Amino acid sequence: MNDEQPRLLKPDRDVGVVGYGAYVPRFRLPASEVDRIWTDGQGGTPITEKAVPGLDEDVVTISIEAARNALARAAAVDPADIRAVWVGSESHPYAVKPTSTVVAEAIGAIPHTQAADWQFACKAGSEAFQAAVGFVGSGMGGYALAIGADTAQGRPGDALEYTAGAGGAAYLLGPAGQALAIFEGSYSFVTDTPDFWRRAYQHYPSHGGRFTGQPAYFRHSSAAAQGLMQAMGTTPEDYAYAVFHQPNLKFPSSVARRLGFTNQQCAPGLLVGEIGNTYAGSSLLGLTAVLDQARPGERILLVSFGSGAGSDAISLRVTEAIEARRDRAPATRDYIARRSEIDYATYARYRRKLVMQ
Amino acid sequence: MSVPNTWRLQQQRYRLMGEVCDRCKTKIFPPRDVCPECEAPAKTQFALSGRGEVYSYSTVYNAPAGFEDATPYTVALVRLEEGPLVTAQLTDVSAEEVEIGMPVEMVTRRLRADGAEGIISYGYKFRPVQFSPAI
Amino acid sequence: MRDVAIIGIGQTQVDEHWELGLCQLALQALQAAMADAGVEWVDALYVGNMLSGELTGQEHLGALIADFAGLRGIEALRLEAAGASGAAALRMGYLAVGGGWADIALVVGVEKMTDAAPPDAEAALMAGADADHEAAHGLSFAALNALLMRRYMHQFGYQAQDFGGFPINAHANAMNNPCAMFHIPLKLESYARARMIAPPVNLMDSAAIGDGAAAAVLVPTEWAQRFSQPVVRIAASAVGTDSVALHDRRDPLLLEGVALSARRAYEQVGIAPDEIDFFELYDSFSITAAMSLEAAGFCQLGMGARMALDGEITLQGRLPISTMGGLKGRGNPGGATGVYQIVEAVQQLRGQAGPNQVPDARWGMTQSIGGSGGTAITHILERVNS
Repeated sequence: MNDEQPRLLKPDRDVGVVGYGAYVPRFRLPASEVDRIWTDGQGGTPITEKAVPGLDEDVVTISIEAARNALARAAAVDPADIRAVWVGSESHPYAVKPTSTVVAEAIGAIPHTQAADWQFACKAGSEAFQAAVGFVGSGMGGYALAIGADTAQGRPGDALEYTAGAGGAAYLLGPAGQALAIFEGSYSFVTDTPDFWRRAYQHYPSHGGRFTGQPAYFRHSSAAAQGLMQAMGTTPEDYAYAVFHQPNLKFPSSVARRLGFTNQQCAPGLLVGEIGNTYAGSSLLGLTAVLDQARPGERILLVSFGSGAGSDAISLRVTEAIEARRDRAPATRDYIARRSEIDYATYARYRRKLVMQ
Repeated sequence: MSVPNTWRLQQQRYRLMGEVCDRCKTKIFPPRDVCPECEAPAKTQFALSGRGEVYSYSTVYNAPAGFEDATPYTVALVRLEEGPLVTAQLTDVSAEEVEIGMPVEMVTRRLRADGAEGIISYGYKFRPVQFSPAI
Repeated sequence: MRDVAIIGIGQTQVDEHWELGLCQLALQALQAAMADAGVEWVDALYVGNMLSGELTGQEHLGALIADFAGLRGIEALRLEAAGASGAAALRMGYLAVGGGWADIALVVGVEKMTDAAPPDAEAALMAGADADHEAAHGLSFAALNALLMRRYMHQFGYQAQDFGGFPINAHANAMNNPCAMFHIPLKLESYARARMIAPPVNLMDSAAIGDGAAAAVLVPTEWAQRFSQPVVRIAASAVGTDSVALHDRRDPLLLEGVALSARRAYEQVGIAPDEIDFFELYDSFSITAAMSLEAAGFCQLGMGARMALDGEITLQGRLPISTMGGLKGRGNPGGATGVYQIVEAVQQLRGQAGPNQVPDARWGMTQSIGGSGGTAITHILERVNS
């Protein structure tokens, strides 16, 4: 353990979220379906249902729609002024070839832009967010787009199959003066903790079972949240909302309770029960759901977690501008309400678990 | 799938980049460089909004090679609000929900993948307008 | 321009010819046509073919078939215009003989469809549509025609069942054509029960693809009397074009290429549509037949399906169509189809159509369509009384 006093990760210039957008595919696989196939209904269900991408969806298409929604909420930002397009995911459609260039091309941000794909399990999106804050805050570019999205795969029958969902969120970072939410500061906490991984060329991830709990998720999430609040001099009571990475319902509820957050602070951003764990999209989608309802002046704490392991904690304060702009794109809840239930057979087909050749 | 050809078509496929006729202002999609209305050169780029309505539709049960793993899928002629008609798949909708005149919006989706090793082609599809953001 | 006549015809049955390759199919048809004409040599060979490269990896059919048929050294070319390829080859023969470049021209349409698996054949056929803007989106030809049929029904107030008259007539006429693929009568109940392949297009609205070859021998009309068969002259040959993609049409329900080629053909002869005694139209789909009747001037827009409902298209009707089975009953061997249509029209005008004979037929019109209407080639043939 490093006992050094936590110091904020924060640029000199004031930056903020100029636009945000969510995307969740329409298909839902009830956890009871996985339970029916693999445990004859005796295993129990960690969530109600998870979002499943259609045959024509992947991290590229999810990112594009989320990015378009983010741009719709940005006040007259010319896509050509976006100087970085970053997509964090563990399910990029290509092993080699960026997702971000396709997204940049689709939203018209090319060619005078930086583009990169980020990877750090479920916190690939929040680290892109954090880096975009630094990119804009340093004055390197006026706007940077950070996206977290995944179409997560769980090994058939594994605990993760119940929850491995699909979805993503996009954030356009820019000058604080145009922001819907001001970036107040962030803090990251990272160690080498192998709780979950996927080796090269493997289709499904592996995990450490109960080792994913205390030494991984809880330790990093708590340390990042506490570090941020200590450095900022805030307490849980200062936040109207708290959003944690949500691999299941139990973990985020438990860590929130331990840190002193109430159910009321967490419920608006807790989506895992309805859409599953969207990995790099998970905490970022929780944040879009919160922004959909937050009032000016309210503070939001975001704490991501990525296996391997680390957490990014970010503090935001909502501005007056949000009222006029949030209805310019579909709300996260609109996507969640748009649901089409499928059975395990259809799910197996949509997720290409059927061998065609 | 030809890689150069797929690359060449990205602008029109990803975001409906069409053209506008400099002389008669006709909006053109897919881009064709010569105005179909007045035969004047038309190379000025113009991005179509992606909003339109279903002109006609059908469902493919017997797919051509390259699309077999997607059947059944719905295809349509969509009349864009700027005028052009475009051929595309409908997505996020089941066939029985579709009708002529249904308002649709463009989304960018996977069109097809060239096997497990080749490139993935992305492009426009249309889906029913499902949310009404107050723009 | 010399007047041109057809003095010999030949055809294979449209079928799944598992034991015959492209060249053997072509050979059977062209030998039959040369025997029918009583000629042993020709000056030029024009091959109509759509898909040999896509389906069998073989292009360069002019020289290939000329050599295979023992005609090595003659002028030989292959013509391609999707489904109108056979008609394009006939037009090339007509221009060559008419222009004095050849005295005896042999035209053969040939297609070997069954060497490819159905999804590959489906994809190959889509090469006749817009590759980047139709085929790339997963459209099939059935789907393209379904888009037209759905809109047509919507716009003109028809039910899907109203189109049954087209395949029912085609199957009835194919019963007496030994070269037809199908010899199965079709009842309205079966039509209504047929499975959907791209709604509202059902299996019976769509002409099946098959292997086949058909051929014709062309000479100047002034020489035609020297040969044994009754003389049929090519009174008109006209091409019209439209956009290849459906979405680029001014009005998708107007086959403007068909209208242009038909109008040009009528003008070449100086006759009106009502003087045509029978019409071998391109009924690759029921909707194509309905729209062709309209575009070729036999009825008003939206009334093509009505002609079938009213029985006007049967052998006893106002305008017999698909008199030997059409594409639906005879089968659709791609680039060979246009020459089959010519062969069948010649049979009618010679009085050799057996039980399907249209009495006293003088003017017969054939029409092939490439793709969903991008190319239309119309020929009007006339019986020449000796």
